[in-house]
Amino acid sequence: MTGLTDNIYLLTPEFALAGVALGIFMIDLFLPQHRKDVLPWLSILGLIGVLLISLKLLWGQQESLYGGLLSIDAYSLFFKIAFLGLGVLIILTSIDFVKKFLDHPGEFYGLLLFSILGMNLMAQSRELLTAYISLELLSFSLYVLVSYGLQNAKSNEASIKYIIIGAFSSAIMLYGISLIYSTLGVTHFASISMALTDLGETIPSLWAGVALIVVGFGFKLAVVPFHMWAPDTYEGAPFPITAYLAIGSKVAAVALLLRFVAEGILPAGDLWLEWQIIFAVLAAVTMLLGNLVALAQKNLKRLMAYSGIAHAGFILAGVAAMAPSSVMTANGILYYLIGYSVTSLLVFGPLISFFNSTGQDDISDLGGLADRNPFLAASIAIGLFSLAGLPIFAGFTMKFYLFTAVAQGGLLWLAGLAIFSSLISLYYYLNVIRVMYIEPIPSSFDYDISTESEGVSSMSTNLISRPSAPILIVIGITLIAVVWLGVYPAPLLEGIEVASEAILTGQ
Amino acid sequence: MIIFDQTALLLLILVPLFGAFLMAIMSKDRPKDIWYFAIFIAFITLVISTIVFFRYDYHAGGIQFANSFDWLDKPLKIELSLGIDGISAPLVLLNGIVLLGAVLISQTISHRPRDFFVLLFALGSGVFGVFVVRDLFFLFFFYELAVLPMYLLIGVWGSSTDFVTFIRTKEYGAMKLMLFLVAGSVLIWLGILALYVESGNVGEASFSLELLSEMARNGQFSPTFQNWVFPLFMIGFGVLAGLWPFHTWSPDGHVAAPTGVSMLHAGVLMKLGAYGIIVVGIVLLPEGATSWAPLLIILGTVNVIYGAMSAISQRDLKYIIGYSSVSHMGYVLMGIATLHPVGMAGGVLQMFSHGIMTALMFAMVGAIYERSHIRDIFVLNGLMKKMGVTSVFFAVAGLASLGLPGLSGFIAEFMVFVGAFSTYWPLAVIAVVGAAITAVYILRLLARTFFGDFDPEWDHLTDASPVEKAVGGVFVLILILVGVWPALLLDVINNGVAAVLPAL
Repeated sequence: MTGLTDNIYLLTPEFALAGVALGIFMIDLFLPQHRKDVLPWLSILGLIGVLLISLKLLWGQQESLYGGLLSIDAYSLFFKIAFLGLGVLIILTSIDFVKKFLDHPGEFYGLLLFSILGMNLMAQSRELLTAYISLELLSFSLYVLVSYGLQNAKSNEASIKYIIIGAFSSAIMLYGISLIYSTLGVTHFASISMALTDLGETIPSLWAGVALIVVGFGFKLAVVPFHMWAPDTYEGAPFPITAYLAIGSKVAAVALLLRFVAEGILPAGDLWLEWQIIFAVLAAVTMLLGNLVALAQKNLKRLMAYSGIAHAGFILAGVAAMAPSSVMTANGILYYLIGYSVTSLLVFGPLISFFNSTGQDDISDLGGLADRNPFLAASIAIGLFSLAGLPIFAGFTMKFYLFTAVAQGGLLWLAGLAIFSSLISLYYYLNVIRVMYIEPIPSSFDYDISTESEGVSSMSTNLISRPSAPILIVIGITLIAVVWLGVYPAPLLEGIEVASEAILTGQ
Repeated sequence: MIIFDQTALLLLILVPLFGAFLMAIMSKDRPKDIWYFAIFIAFITLVISTIVFFRYDYHAGGIQFANSFDWLDKPLKIELSLGIDGISAPLVLLNGIVLLGAVLISQTISHRPRDFFVLLFALGSGVFGVFVVRDLFFLFFFYELAVLPMYLLIGVWGSSTDFVTFIRTKEYGAMKLMLFLVAGSVLIWLGILALYVESGNVGEASFSLELLSEMARNGQFSPTFQNWVFPLFMIGFGVLAGLWPFHTWSPDGHVAAPTGVSMLHAGVLMKLGAYGIIVVGIVLLPEGATSWAPLLIILGTVNVIYGAMSAISQRDLKYIIGYSSVSHMGYVLMGIATLHPVGMAGGVLQMFSHGIMTALMFAMVGAIYERSHIRDIFVLNGLMKKMGVTSVFFAVAGLASLGLPGLSGFIAEFMVFVGAFSTYWPLAVIAVVGAAITAVYILRLLARTFFGDFDPEWDHLTDASPVEKAVGGVFVLILILVGVWPALLLDVINNGVAAVLPAL
């Protein structure tokens, strides 16, 4: 047994990221107001630096830290790359928005960096309490970020809802953890699986414990019936943070859940067969309800919220189909996460750009966008086609891969349901496309953000100003990624394979 | 030529796709250049597909031009394997012809022509893809790719139809078409997953058509499994083939679509469905096909009669053609469902023949509508006087569709009847009646609208433009050529059908 802190240098990326975040806070204090534009670029530079350090330091590493609290393996490195990359893209989409609509950019970017730190830790924690603390680090940063638009009543409502529900779900999860600890006497994932194997049967308190943890995850992931906060919060949050909620916090929650299932429950064998039905039912309800309610949405953010709920359902279907022997399902889930992230960013990027120049976020406001700004309209359309699961975009291939894995895992009915609810989703995605391409330009421009009229007053023509350089970068990157992942995902899947083997066989 | 043989099929997919990409980054301010470029791309694909068709050696038969590329490795192994057989070879040629025709006819698209051609070529690439791949994943991939552009193609460039009491908007037609087709693909997808899982249970899980058909030949799929899964493919692909009662998207969609898209959609896209039933349904699930064939042939007969009756009661030119498509796809489905060498070959020949004749009809109706802005056959009268060439071309297509000997429709329908008589003779009798009903609505149309008394209201109409005349003329020649020399296609088709049927 080596010392607890022998390998602490492996945590350099985390320390570095925390350092960058604190650095942003500090620099913010000393920068005059007109120089604050430099902050996002410093943050991006920091993220890229951390990314390089991680790649250099952690490539091929397979270590456990602090007596098994944290795991440095291919799985956590995979998500680290994903989260740091996501951070860069989200900051790029935020730059204009923050400048135009929000005060205190320093805290905005600093907190964003802290939340990325939380997500990184979530992906590498293999112990319940560590996982909980990482999750809270993410959540607390998000609480503040969601409530950033103070002037706006909706934003306040959103943040109150988010904080209360978030705290509530954390408490539920913590209670579940305590029940598991009181039953099994351990909190390490690996020890849990061993204790479960020894136990051989499910006793009520264990059931309750796992169920409560699943409920906690359910809230974080916005899984039906724990999804009520999502649409309101998404709608009220600042637009880039909506994107961040829809992508980052979802992916991080799945990263943690996947490791918990793969290392903590799957090796216990028979018990998983009993429990997977919980996930299967949750997945079925989530994808159906998410897609059905999305049909009725009029606001873009709410639409994306419900669409995100539905996609969480698909991912959960993958979790339900996990099997100890096969990496295919884990592959499918990871591929889906990446595909979903880039596709959603491809939708959110142009929408944020649209919002920056018009201040509108209703579906009907997009009327005639194909004439007002063909590039934005085409980007959104490609993103939506991808979300609906049509080729040649990532959405088709990732759905095909994941649903095949679900069917292969013995849940053909769930795969069928997923395919069917995918069909439902086509209707509302097409509806947005219809508005952009077929509907005329709306005649009345009655936006209700009277406080920030600067960017809006220049709307004398019907043309939407072209996206700024940072958002253009985001759209460009995600556009290429969406097509590439849809047409030739083999290189990505090779990396994913290594990552999923790390949690399924690695100890 | 070896290099050509290995890459031809890949080129058929990539040339339109790459062409679409190049068009997407061309300047939108020079629509004429985009049109010329589109013609160029479509011409290349036509040349490739023609060479492929004529280089297909039907004496040797089997899968030719085969080539495969690794795409995904384990645990989900997928290869992009290409190859055509005697059934897909004529369909590849058909797509090449109709794609170029559709591009030429779309000369008059003035609203955002660049986007139009980008989507049109995405559609064309998807159709080529379905016909040339030998892997279920990619077959489905290209199937969906062919469906994807339809919404915008119809919704943006289409036209709405006013009825007496209601309006069928283009958005309605587009959305209906899209939802029907994707609902069909839900079933197909489910069937593919079931096949994949089952092939894993009895051997090696695979999407490869070669491997799966070998399993099917060895009888590794249990009859129960086949009976459960075949209807998924029959209905799923059937939706696109216009199978009654899932055909309702087809008239609405075709009518709402712009001319070039109607040509491609009724001409080629509907054949994807029939092709899928053969290649996936019958080849992989022969016993399932045997037990479901009676239902399929009954539905096909309903298609013939129902489509023809509906066409009689329409007064919109495009709706008449739309319903006549439903009726003619019925012959295709009947031919396939006979599971009889002659009947099935007739069905495949009918796919080709109907593809050309319906594309020709839509092209001519498009020419009329563009000039008169009306498609009501009770208002349009005696067009022959002002639009002579258009009327003659339309008449040839109409006569082909009612099965006049000497034109391509006759031999195809005749073979279907022969196949049906030797398997389900009562249905064959009914189908012959259907052909008679076709004669009613076609002849009525010709007698009144084209060759009836001239209405001075249409004095301002001009005849088809040179481009339209050229397209129509070539299509007419093809109809006649296939009519008098069917062996040109039938040698190839018979071979392909013979390879499909021993599985039964």
